[in-house]
Amino acid sequence: MKQAHFGTTGRRALSAGLLWTAPWWLGFLLFLALPMGISLYISFCDYPLLQPPVYVGTANYQALTRDPVFHKVLLNTLVYAALAIPLGTIVAVLLAALLNQRVRGLGLFRTCIFVPTVVPLVGIALVWLWMLNPEYGLINGAVRLIGPALDGANNAIALLTGHRLAWLGELAAGPKWLALPGWAMTALVLISLWGVGSPVVIYLAGLQEIPEELYEAAMLDGASATRRFWHVTLPGLSPVILFNVIVGLIGTWQIFALPYVLMRGEQGPQRSTYFYTMYLYDNAFRYLKMGYASAMAWVQLFIILALTAAVFLASRRAVYYRGT
Amino acid sequence: MRIRSINLALTYALLIAVALLFVLPLLWMVCVSLKPPAEVLQPSFLPTAPTLTGYREIVRSAQFDFLLYARNTLIILVLSLAGVLLSSSIAAYGFARVPFPGRGLMFAVCLATMMIPFPVIMVPTYMLFKYLGWIGTLRPLWVPAWFGSAFNIFLLRQFFLGIPKELEESAMLDGCTRWGCFWRIMLPLSRPALAVVALFHCLAVWNDLIGPLIYLTHQDQFTLALGLQFLQSKSGDTPWNQLMAASTLVVAPVLLLFFMAQRTFIQGIATTGLKG
Repeated sequence: MKQAHFGTTGRRALSAGLLWTAPWWLGFLLFLALPMGISLYISFCDYPLLQPPVYVGTANYQALTRDPVFHKVLLNTLVYAALAIPLGTIVAVLLAALLNQRVRGLGLFRTCIFVPTVVPLVGIALVWLWMLNPEYGLINGAVRLIGPALDGANNAIALLTGHRLAWLGELAAGPKWLALPGWAMTALVLISLWGVGSPVVIYLAGLQEIPEELYEAAMLDGASATRRFWHVTLPGLSPVILFNVIVGLIGTWQIFALPYVLMRGEQGPQRSTYFYTMYLYDNAFRYLKMGYASAMAWVQLFIILALTAAVFLASRRAVYYRGT
Repeated sequence: MRIRSINLALTYALLIAVALLFVLPLLWMVCVSLKPPAEVLQPSFLPTAPTLTGYREIVRSAQFDFLLYARNTLIILVLSLAGVLLSSSIAAYGFARVPFPGRGLMFAVCLATMMIPFPVIMVPTYMLFKYLGWIGTLRPLWVPAWFGSAFNIFLLRQFFLGIPKELEESAMLDGCTRWGCFWRIMLPLSRPALAVVALFHCLAVWNDLIGPLIYLTHQDQFTLALGLQFLQSKSGDTPWNQLMAASTLVVAPVLLLFFMAQRTFIQGIATTGLKG
């Protein structure tokens, strides 16, 4: 009797719960689970969209291992992530620390740094396209101003080491940013730094949560400002840094709009700014190789999961959780 | 004391330099958009005689139908915003307040789906919409919003959990239904969280390029972001003052929204980052 009573309330609770959460699980089944199921099947098929899919086993995955363009986009994306994430983290933490110094007009400075992150990427890309114009752009205008100083520095280096730095010479002359492989990647990383505003805001909030007593105690023990930064600020901020690194990791694997607009939908000089998602998009919607694109999507998901897991494992010692 | 004031001066100098660096590209965009065509290629930063020529010509040109693109973007925005607010808050209420067997597991799955980036499901989702005959319509861009989004559900659930249960319990003693509690107590109390969800959704829709690029096929359905990209890809002969004018037109509404709701934005970013 009691059993039956529990059963009906359990069932009633279940149906009420399912009803309330219906928007989520319906959407999950319809727009996530179903597409992923289809995608998994299609990734084992040859499917040129206009004809029905034909099962080909692991042929798509095998073809990926031999595809030089796939290797190139994989490398580009890894290089971009390896540059943009650490640099972005360092810049964001430093800016947040700078903002955290009880300065007047904090709100104004924070707004200036945050504003670029809300602006549509297409608009940003268009502005940067013009900023990076070799002849008329603001960047090379500034480079030309400091060009003699850069040349001087290069001469000094040549005197000391016997070699001139080729890249410094190119920079001093005002490079054709988006037309040269190395410079195009540099430009993209620099633009990514310009969008560092939301991590800065998150770090700033994180800094304000670090208890003042810890700093006072450190000062009583005679710790210098640098030591306080390394031993109080960084450990206090480490969970937030971990969060941002993971968000950044997932984000860099999706980089699309910025290079797509900057390169007018093309692959950049010698495919140097051709990224994973762009190649996936081209395979699916330009070459109509849906099976191949689906295989790429599954590989991408596994890479993201593996990298996230790796970051979590690597961070277990480095991240300090207060109160646990 | 002297060292302190030198330190302070250095901090301010650094902050001002950094702040300028961050807003410079946007200032330059506006400056170039206000230049007369003859002046565009000159190195001066400020236009000597600001003019709206660039704006007038880009809005009139057949390559960038600003009003039509704005209308399409607004249709998607309004329809998806209503969907996202309603569906996410209902599901979030379920996860926060309606206990049922398997709820924890279900919520864990919901959180896990946040890890899945759009490019991964891009191809099959396209196939699904193609099967439904929705390619070349605005529907793929707003209908999914009616099925909640994991991130917003998470955000709202956390907010709901912070509202004392006693409010609803006493209302229920007075005969209020679950739906009544949700609609008349929880939603009005959750305005700050709903505002954060709405703001981030507006930004996401306004800035989305890849969705419209995949699903829209005719120029008369284009959104502003896609229209701007289309203009730029064909911009061989469009002068830069016009391109920057188009950019400014697309960017300005977002900036306006940002300045009107700055507090909500920054608090939203800060709390999601800290509690996430």
